[in-house]
Amino acid sequence: MIEVQHVTKRYGRVTAVDDVSFRVERGEILGFLGPNGAGKTTTMRILTGYMPASEGRANVAGFDIFEHPIEAKRRIGYLPEAPPLYPEMTVREYLDFVSRIKGVPSAERRQRVTTVMERTHVADMADRHCGKLSKGYKQRVGLAQALIHNPDVLILDEPTAGLDPKQIIETRDLIRSLAGDHTIVLSTHILPEVAQTCQRVVIINRGRVVAVDTPDNLTARLKGAETMYVQVDAGSEEPGPALAQIPGVTRVSAAEGPAGGGFEVESDRGTDVRREIARAIVTRGWGLLELRPMRMSLEEVFLQVTTDETATPDPAAPREDAIHA
Amino acid sequence: MHSVRNILAIAGKELRGYFASPIAYIIIGLFGILFGLFFIASLRFFVEQSQRMAMMGGSATVNVNEQMIRPVLQNAAVIILFVMPMITMRTYSEEKRSGTIELLLTSPLTDFEIIMGKFVGAMGLFCAMLLVTLIDVAILFRLGNPEWRPIAAGYLGLLLMGGCFISLGLLISSLTKNQVVAGFMTFAVFLVLWIVDWFGESLGPTGQDILSRLSITQNLDDFTKGMIDTTHLAYYLSFIAFGLFLTAKSVDSERWRG
Repeated sequence: MIEVQHVTKRYGRVTAVDDVSFRVERGEILGFLGPNGAGKTTTMRILTGYMPASEGRANVAGFDIFEHPIEAKRRIGYLPEAPPLYPEMTVREYLDFVSRIKGVPSAERRQRVTTVMERTHVADMADRHCGKLSKGYKQRVGLAQALIHNPDVLILDEPTAGLDPKQIIETRDLIRSLAGDHTIVLSTHILPEVAQTCQRVVIINRGRVVAVDTPDNLTARLKGAETMYVQVDAGSEEPGPALAQIPGVTRVSAAEGPAGGGFEVESDRGTDVRREIARAIVTRGWGLLELRPMRMSLEEVFLQVTTDETATPDPAAPREDAIHA
Repeated sequence: MHSVRNILAIAGKELRGYFASPIAYIIIGLFGILFGLFFIASLRFFVEQSQRMAMMGGSATVNVNEQMIRPVLQNAAVIILFVMPMITMRTYSEEKRSGTIELLLTSPLTDFEIIMGKFVGAMGLFCAMLLVTLIDVAILFRLGNPEWRPIAAGYLGLLLMGGCFISLGLLISSLTKNQVVAGFMTFAVFLVLWIVDWFGESLGPTGQDILSRLSITQNLDDFTKGMIDTTHLAYYLSFIAFGLFLTAKSVDSERWRG
């Protein structure tokens, strides 16, 4: 549905996007992840035909965005970083205007406006002026605007920025429900968002693509060793040496955390030592309170691929409190 | 390829923008009042003059079109010079500042449709301004018996001159994000085009001729006399076309620069 080939964008001597290539299949949600200034917005602007690339090609919904911009734009819905609202128009007037310039046939216009207002939960603000809306509503009207002509491709630049937690969940659900019918590219710097909504992730840093994969594969690929978190009630005894003796275990270290008796047990990649750990603890008469695999969080993956010094990820922090929006 | 529907959608949006804010009402209202004041002053002057003529029993005829309408329209042109930058300064600058330009440029619209839409929208507001002044002209028709053709020609001249100002104003607005800069630059350029023929004398006859042909007021003069000369018509229409063309180039180059 979207094919980007060797796209480069230079502003004078600054290269904002450097030889970026990726594909998005029909119905897929692709997450665009990167630190601020990495080139996410520039790439999206090139894809939507807002600005041309210095080099490379981009094909969106079957049309080359540089050679047939009008045809391609008909099939793209775009939510820029700042929702492009006219403050003096009411939400309904605004969506009607957008439906006109996006080429929605006049017979369907009213119906489309009503439908997208309901889908994005802005119907209660239909007659309010866009300039008087809260940040959350502005963002959702921006999303409504992108959906108005029922485009094949949706390009969303930070769709959940400025929303409160409840709205973030609603918006993510909405985006997920749109996949299938629409092909979606969304950018974000909120990592759980990618893990929760996207099927594939492109990590971009300093204008270059540094990784493309599914969120699961990314976390798995960069994980050097299997790590288990074990919490043991060993009474007065010290369980560390006993755990280290289990075949396959390479390293045992005490985990930080509020509860005592927590350990991180590393083993060779591909060997599952959970049974052995459980047996070792139970046969000694200790209490096994918790045993679960620790995975590298997307945040750690992100830090690893975007930092020049390839520091070994610190798996000390349990996954749950590592990432929160 | 270019769709009138798209142009009208943009023009409608522009007009809505003008009329949703106090801008349109203030501009139309003040323009109407100023025009009215000039009108009354001219009328008084004209009545005094014709009475004096009558008392002296002179055979010289007085012409309401030549001595009354013409100066009023010329004064109106001066007011338009001041007012027009306020209309055009926000057209592109505001879209750039608020980011709505991203919506327009990523919609299936050609640059030409966007520019024409903005031009037509501003012309719409300008027409509304001129319509208000027709009240004064209607009063004149009640009182006297002026010729309508020269008046129509004069209004056509004003409309064309306004079109030039708008196309130039759009161009300048497309160059900057800052409305104040856009407004002031537009005003300065208008003023230069206004007085350009004043410098003609020092350049000899050829220079004088060239400059007076460039002057936006010299071209208006014949219209206010009631003459529709193709030279002036060509001047105004090509001025408008050139301004819109440069605006298109400016928007396009903005795209490349990002």
